[in-house]
Amino acid sequence: MISVQEQDFNQQEEYDRLKCKTSVGAIVTFTGLVRDINNGQSVSDLSLEHYPGMTEKCLIDIVEQAKQRWNIIESTVIHRVGHLAISDQIVFVGIASQHRGDAFAACEFIMDYLKTQAPFWKKETMSNGETQWVDAREVDQDALSKWAVK
Amino acid sequence: MIKVLFFAKLSEQLGCRELQVDATAVENTDQLFQYLIEHKAEWSTILTSQLCLKAVNQAMVNDNVLLKDGDEVAYFPPVTGG
Repeated sequence: MISVQEQDFNQQEEYDRLKCKTSVGAIVTFTGLVRDINNGQSVSDLSLEHYPGMTEKCLIDIVEQAKQRWNIIESTVIHRVGHLAISDQIVFVGIASQHRGDAFAACEFIMDYLKTQAPFWKKETMSNGETQWVDAREVDQDALSKWAVK
Repeated sequence: MIKVLFFAKLSEQLGCRELQVDATAVENTDQLFQYLIEHKAEWSTILTSQLCLKAVNQAMVNDNVLLKDGDEVAYFPPVTGG
């Protein structure tokens, strides 16, 4: 399941959906939240813009790539857009597999690809009222290199 | 026509989210970029002073790509989701 949405999501509902098959032996989930600090500056809230259409295609493609590399029984990727407050949930990736190795790897792979490929952009409002677009980080690009096909 | 889209910081700087460009005026993405640089006086600096990623028909591309009537080309800064 892939969803780009403004509304919040419920961890329990997402977990239950991933657990729906008896062959599932491992579920790994990741949740990204809005932090109150970025690069040492105090953040008061966040808005997320995306490229409707391309975003969904990109997420489908990332999940397909993961399915080619690991055994995945069920998968969920949810990314919120629009206005978000501190501690709000931004992103959810959940993977259900037979064994934990596949679930851990696929979950991390999807997050690493999402961070550098999917067309989302964050704009922060600082505690002094100023707004600024978040810059892409090299560390996110570096994280991709570990998934290079050897 | 070719539909040109700008996103995030780039669209704010350009003061433009969407633009239609006559498909007969540009053959490929290199020519389209040149067209945009010359579109408004201040656009040249904005478009060439930072890393702009591009997508043709909603797929990211690095190289010069041939364009045809009805194509959608988007320019945007490096992504920061997740």
